[in-house]
Amino acid sequence: MAAFTESSLLEPVQHRGREALERLGFPTRKQEPWRFTNLSRLKTVQDLPVVDAHESPDLPEAPTAGLRLVLGSAENPLEGVDLPEGVRPLSLDQLKYELGSTLDRCGCAKDWPVELNHASSREVLALRISGKVPPLELVIAASGQGLLSTRVLLLLDEKAELELLQVFRADSGAAHSHLCEVVLGQEARLRHGVLSLGDGSGSLLATLAAQQEPRSHYELTSVFKGWSFGRIEPRVVQLDGQAMTTLKGLAVTADEQQLAVHSSMRFDGPEGELDQLQKSLAAGKSHVIFNGSIQVPRAAQRTNAAQLSRNLLLSPKARVDTKPELEIIADDVRCAHGATVSQLQEDELFYLRSRGITETEATALLLRGYCQEVIDQLPVQADRWRPLEQVHQELSR
Amino acid sequence: MLNPDSELLLDIVDLHASVEDSEILKGVNLQVRSGEIHAIMGRNGSGKSTLSKVLAGHPAYKVTSGSVVYRGIDLLELEPEERARIGVFLSFQYPVEIPGVNNLEFLRVATNARRVECGHEEMDHFEFEDLVSERIKVVQMDPAFLERSINEGFSGGEKKRNEILQMALLEPIVAILDETDSGLDIDALRIVASGVNQLANPQNSTLLITHYQRLLELIIPDYIHVMAAGRILKTGGRELAVELEKTGYDWVDRELALQGQA
Repeated sequence: MAAFTESSLLEPVQHRGREALERLGFPTRKQEPWRFTNLSRLKTVQDLPVVDAHESPDLPEAPTAGLRLVLGSAENPLEGVDLPEGVRPLSLDQLKYELGSTLDRCGCAKDWPVELNHASSREVLALRISGKVPPLELVIAASGQGLLSTRVLLLLDEKAELELLQVFRADSGAAHSHLCEVVLGQEARLRHGVLSLGDGSGSLLATLAAQQEPRSHYELTSVFKGWSFGRIEPRVVQLDGQAMTTLKGLAVTADEQQLAVHSSMRFDGPEGELDQLQKSLAAGKSHVIFNGSIQVPRAAQRTNAAQLSRNLLLSPKARVDTKPELEIIADDVRCAHGATVSQLQEDELFYLRSRGITETEATALLLRGYCQEVIDQLPVQADRWRPLEQVHQELSR
Repeated sequence: MLNPDSELLLDIVDLHASVEDSEILKGVNLQVRSGEIHAIMGRNGSGKSTLSKVLAGHPAYKVTSGSVVYRGIDLLELEPEERARIGVFLSFQYPVEIPGVNNLEFLRVATNARRVECGHEEMDHFEFEDLVSERIKVVQMDPAFLERSINEGFSGGEKKRNEILQMALLEPIVAILDETDSGLDIDALRIVASGVNQLANPQNSTLLITHYQRLLELIIPDYIHVMAAGRILKTGGRELAVELEKTGYDWVDRELALQGQA
């Protein structure tokens, strides 16, 4: 399967990645994108040996109506798999042409986390999607003291439609480096769910880059819980505007975890739309960081963008740093943004308690309600992973 | 329904309470027996709503002295949820909207908490849906509101119906209705009042807090109390409401001034 195991293709990429890491040097907190980062944890990730994934235990059953692929093992995940109609591996020529081009367009090809992935990824899963295809589930589970590096490239043809659920898991201090590139052709639609369920000990570095042609719809819903150290970077560019981008995120942290979401959205043409909601729930002494950049250059007239960051602190020692970063040059645009940081509302708690519901139960109901808004946007097949229960367990430990 | 031998449900003695260090209740005395409907009237700021919040156990209100005994139990010792479970209910003046929390599920959890306290079995989803579809008739509420988040996007009238639906499900012994008439048009007011009347029985009691007489034309109280400056200034029968409607609250000021001189 040329599109998967092609060491001759990724070897030079690895080589260049390692050189780039040397050249860039290790990030410092003086650099704006790393300002609040727990660098010692980042260092730990870099120092881990690169490993393959282990067999992932206790997976829920594969989706009945769709396809599950398990990534990260030494084996080709497409081996012996009957791909549904409309899903096929990219040819080597296409892969050579497409690999890295979305990163370039999104302006993140030389970012440290991307170079780390370049330096460590040995394979790329590259699929081309035509027409409306059944849901796809990608399970990526890291285990033990190692860095699991995975890379995915999806090419959605004109009018293609896909529901993709990526599930990340980690235990025993394992780390992920993940790089996902998505190309959406005209009128293509991708509902992209990212469900990241850690056990509190692992790390996750993920860059999710997408480029959109006009009238395409990219809908990214990401849910993170249980990561000692996490950094998620959704990077989206609308090449000629006139597309729709929906970014919904939920970050749940406890103990001394740190989770950062650095999103960037650029409109390189007129009449593009963005609907972004990033929520967080921070308990214990944890720390959530959100950095949301939106770029509206002169060409992007009549852009309509809305960004909201909502954060709930569950303990006096939890911390949130949230920052919108709007760069608007076009003059005829609508760009709304807002950020809130609050605690559980006393009047909501009292209302529930006055109906006989204990404070603990009332708190749980309110937190579930808070998370539901984002979790409901995950692709339907995510239900099998019981995301709400997982989040709840994290907070009631 | 008055019967001097009926059970004393609520006994409030010289109750003082404050919020953020300012004293709002300054010696409230009130006795409520089973089968009785009491109305508490008074201007804004007289302490009516504070009294209801203190009885329900709102954490922002501090009782500085006095006592509240509910069926022989010191109510002030109990958490808000414990008070609800043993049968004290507050219908809120401004019910909060709670996005993301399903109304039906909330009603079920609340009803089960009360049922367990009364020694009944918890209800599963199916049993509870049967109960709700029966009780919802009391307030003529559209069942579509059960599927929404609690009070989210409800009109003023729908919120009050949802409050009375909760009362119908929880079957409280003492129900305190805080300004249940505010923000209602006449049709909604009739429906809500009829719901309250259907739920009143010889074993329970209702405390209506209002500053309009119009609610009292639909729910006939046995006693009317006029609150002013954190106390009950005057107690009487229905005629007191009629008098208030005619003369307004100006006499309250004169009365207070007289008492101040005394």
